[in-house]
Formats: sequence, structure tokens, C-alpha cells
Amino acid sequence: MAMADSTTLPTPEKVEKSKGYWSGVGHRLVRDPLTMFCLAVVAALILSAAFAPYLGLADPYKGSMIARLKPIGAPGYPLGTDEQGRDMLARLIYGGRLTLFIGLMPVVIAFFAGSVLGITAGYVGGLTNTIIMRTIDVFFAFPSVLLAIAISGALGAGITNSLVSLTIVFIPPITRVAEAVTSGVRKLDYIDAARATGANAWTVIRVHVIGNVLSPIFVYATSLTSVCMILAAGLSFLGIGVRPPEPEWGLMLNTLRSVIYVNPWLSALPGVMIFVTSLCLNLLSDGLRSAMNVRD
Amino acid sequence: MLSYLIRRILLVLPVAFGVSVICFLLVQIAPGDPLTAIMAIDATAEEQAAMRAAYGLDKPLPIQYAIWIGNLVQGDMGKSIATGRPVAAEVFGAVKNSLLLAVSAAVIAFPIGIFLGFLAGYFRDTWIDRAVTALSITGVSVPNYWLGIVLVIIFSVNLSWLPSMGAGPGGSQSWAWDWAHIRHLVLPAVTLAVVPIGIVSRTVRALAGDILSQDFVDALYAKGMSRADVLRHVARNAAATALSVMGLQLGYLLGGSILIETVFNWPGSGFLLSNAIFQRDLPLLQGTILILALFFVAMNLIVDVVQAAIDPRIQRT
Repeated sequence: MAMADSTTLPTPEKVEKSKGYWSGVGHRLVRDPLTMFCLAVVAALILSAAFAPYLGLADPYKGSMIARLKPIGAPGYPLGTDEQGRDMLARLIYGGRLTLFIGLMPVVIAFFAGSVLGITAGYVGGLTNTIIMRTIDVFFAFPSVLLAIAISGALGAGITNSLVSLTIVFIPPITRVAEAVTSGVRKLDYIDAARATGANAWTVIRVHVIGNVLSPIFVYATSLTSVCMILAAGLSFLGIGVRPPEPEWGLMLNTLRSVIYVNPWLSALPGVMIFVTSLCLNLLSDGLRSAMNVRD
Repeated sequence: MLSYLIRRILLVLPVAFGVSVICFLLVQIAPGDPLTAIMAIDATAEEQAAMRAAYGLDKPLPIQYAIWIGNLVQGDMGKSIATGRPVAAEVFGAVKNSLLLAVSAAVIAFPIGIFLGFLAGYFRDTWIDRAVTALSITGVSVPNYWLGIVLVIIFSVNLSWLPSMGAGPGGSQSWAWDWAHIRHLVLPAVTLAVVPIGIVSRTVRALAGDILSQDFVDALYAKGMSRADVLRHVARNAAATALSVMGLQLGYLLGGSILIETVFNWPGSGFLLSNAIFQRDLPLLQGTILILALFFVAMNLIVDVVQAAIDPRIQRT
């Protein structure tokens, strides 16, 4: 038997098609329970906010003089009512709409704008790089909280103004990271090789640069979402973000401060939402970072 | 060292110029007329024009900027529209209070952050490491203005141990080192300390972990050095980076305390800033932001110079 086997050629093991980078990332993510849990929480928050009108909740704008400041667990009001008698559960879920939108959208816009600026600066180099990066440096002279408050304070309250000021705050850090990784990739031999084949700058960037720089920029951008959320709600908390009577977590936290001696724990509820969201966003970003093998 | 110092200081000048341009533009992006707040409703066109001329608002933007910066270098930051007092006096009075709060928070946060971070880095991958990591990620995720409210609920509303507002008894604006004043400092300082505790412990953990895994540590142990002496070498290696992170954090504490100052009615620069915003007092807004940003720039400069002074590797780059 052994003899017979030695004469036949060994059948080659079935070669599995090599799995791509993204399937590896997905695989590692699914095996990370904490990250999956945070993903579920964030998804639940976003979905419940998006579909809030279909959840059979009370009207988040309708107040009632006789039902003011019901405690948490009062019959008919699972999370009590606020200082105008509006249902807290409904306002917290509806509140996610504006808070999550203003908290996430600036990072999304800044991710695109910062990537374009940073990749351009990093790839083109020279004077273009100097102009873009020295301008960016000026914005780093402001702590992010101060810059957001300064711009929002000057522009005045409002959803658009909050989006504008937070986007301006987050473009510089993303640009800086994009420029750093692009400059690193730019020095590698395969870029020279591609250029030697006669590919123009746009083709080299599109085919060879983007794929290699986008993951670190993306992971970095996700790590900013939690700060952006806290800042967005913070602007409303200061009264220079969303205007009343819109339900928004930061604004609710602000208006409920007046009843802190009447119903203390109720007034802390909107902050719990901000905290849980920001914690999950941070953990999610950490999970993504390790799943995507991005190093600082 | 001297050439590094000169180069580093020269780098500050364009940034300081950019900062002043941004602060100047802040007033320009503001909607509405900056004078509506003080102009009489029935002011005639001539009176309005006279008022514009008095404030220099009738000139083109670059000229306005030149005049503004010219006054600025002479220490004149204009007058607050709401109170009529010089902006410089208002801002420096408030910055003193903010500085007190920021430094107190730093005094709480840095030793705790260093201790926790070092513990986690030394006991990598044990339950200690995981506990510290969980704590620091909670610290950086918590909206500190909400944490301030929660601390007020616990220590002021429920326990009545500490006051929830102001910087001293009876709305005192001046600081004194007695218990009546210090009691007012406890809650805001602790609240403000939470985020830097998270950031510093995270940084120190990574630093300590990296350095402890380097070969020279094994070499020191191999030649029979005691654990305490080895850790001294590790600390010296980590010092420059740790110091720079802490310097930046101190800058953030000063510029970022506005939300906490609002929660606790602390009469600092953040409080001044939010008053300036709501009274549409643009000169005051501009002045406060400018001073805080320049302070942050100076802080960065000091951090870089100190780092270069204690770490000879940096000067060569």
C-alpha cells in the first residue's frame, strides 16, 4: 500500500482562494464580542432615532401642565416627564435624531474634505503642501472645544451653524493624518514604479495611493466621532446649538438643570444617552483599529 | 539648544499671525451689525454713520485688521460693548480664575493618570491593565459637563457636602486660600480632571509598555540592577513624551473648561465667553478667544522647549 502510494503523485491540497483584506477584517470584527455589542448599541440608537415616529411614542413636543416632572417609572411615563410635562422616553429617542446627526455628520464631511486636502498635500508636496499644512497648523493653535464654541458663538445658534463649526474643527486633524500617511506611501518604491510606467498623478493616487491610505484615515476619523458627539451636545448645552423646543440631548440637559433640586436623576438622563453613545463609539473605533491592523 | 530655541520661536510667529486673523474674522462672520446692541433704536442715519466711524467700522477690512492689531500690540483690545470696560482687564481677571481651575485639575489628574498608566503598563495583560484601560476609556468618553451635573446631584443635592455654584461664598469673585473658597473648587476641579486622567493614563500605559519591552531593560536586570533602579531608567525614558502630553492637556484644560465653568457658574474665561456670546459682545468674544489661543500656543512652545531640553534626541531632528 505504501509502495502504491509513493508512485502516484500526491494530490495537491485544495488551494483556497486567498481571502481579501476586508473579509479578514470582517472576520476579526465578528469575533470581537465587545465591538459587536457596541455596534449593536449604536445601530439600535440610530435606527430608533430614524424610525422614532413609527415606534408608537408619545408626542415629544406636547407638554402638559398637570403632568410636569413625573418621576422615572410613573404610570404611563416610563422615564417620567420633563419640566414642561413632555414624555422623557419620547424626547430621549427623538433627541437622538438631532444629536446623532450633528454629532456624526461633521466627521463624515471632514473625513472627505480632510482626505482630499491631506492626500493632495502629501502627494503633490512642495509649495502646495506648505500652504495647506501651514494653514492647518493655525487651527491647531485652538483647543477643539474653544474653536467650536468660538465659531458657533460668532455665527449664533442653529443646526447649520453647529454643523459648520464642528466640520471646521475636525478638518484640520484629519488633514494632518491624511498628509502624514500619504507622504509615507509616496516614498515607497511601487509609487515610483507606477510613475515610471507613465501613469499620471490622478491615476497613481486613484489606483495606488487611496487604497493604502484610506484605512488609517478612516480609523482615525471614527476615533473623532465620540468627541464630536460630546461637542455637538455641548454646544446645545451652552445654548449655541439646537434651539428649543427641539428634543436634543445637550439642550435637554441644559433645560433640566433648572429642576435639579426637584427631580435630580431625571435631569441626568439625557447625559446618560450622550455618555453611552460616546462610549460605544470609542470602543467601536478601538475595535475597528485592531481589526484593520492600523497602528497609531 | 540655542539654535533649536530660535527655530522653534520663529515657527510661532506665523501661527500667532494666523490666530489673530481667525480671531479678527470671527467678528466678520457674525451675522448682524456689531453695533445694534448699543445703538439707539431711533438713531438717525448720521448718528449711525458717526458711530461706525467712532468704532472704525467704516474702513475696509485689511485697514480694520491693521488698526486692530496695532492697538493689540499696545495692549489695547478694545472696550466691551456690554459693560464699556476695557476687554483686556475683563479677560485677564477671568483667565486668572480659569488658570486656578485648570491647574487644580491638572494637580489632581496628572499624578493619578501617571500612576494608573504606569501600573497598567507594568502589569500588561493582567486584570489590573484591563481595569485601568476600562477606566481610561470611560474617562475620555464621558461628557464632562454631564459628569459635573451628576457630581452636583450626589454631593450638593443629595448629600449637601459641597456647594454647587460660584468660586466662593456669596458669589465671591476674588479668590482666597481658605476652606470656604476651596470647597467651591473641589467639584469643578474633580470634574475637569476626569478627561485628562483618561488621556494621561492611556499615554503612560503605552509608553511604559513599549519601554519595558525594550532590550535595555533586560540588560539592566541581567547586570543585577534592582527593580527600583530599572524603573528609574524607564521613567527617564518616558518623561519627555509624558511631559509633552501633559503640557498639551494643561492647555486643553484652560481652553476647554468653558462647559464646566458654565455648569458650576465659575467666574472664569469660559463664563466670560458665554456671557459675551449671549450679549453679542463681539470685542469681548474676540479678546477672550485670542488670549486663550495665544496661551495655548505659548504652552505648546514651552512643552517643545522643555521636551528638547530633557531629551537630547529631539534637538537633532
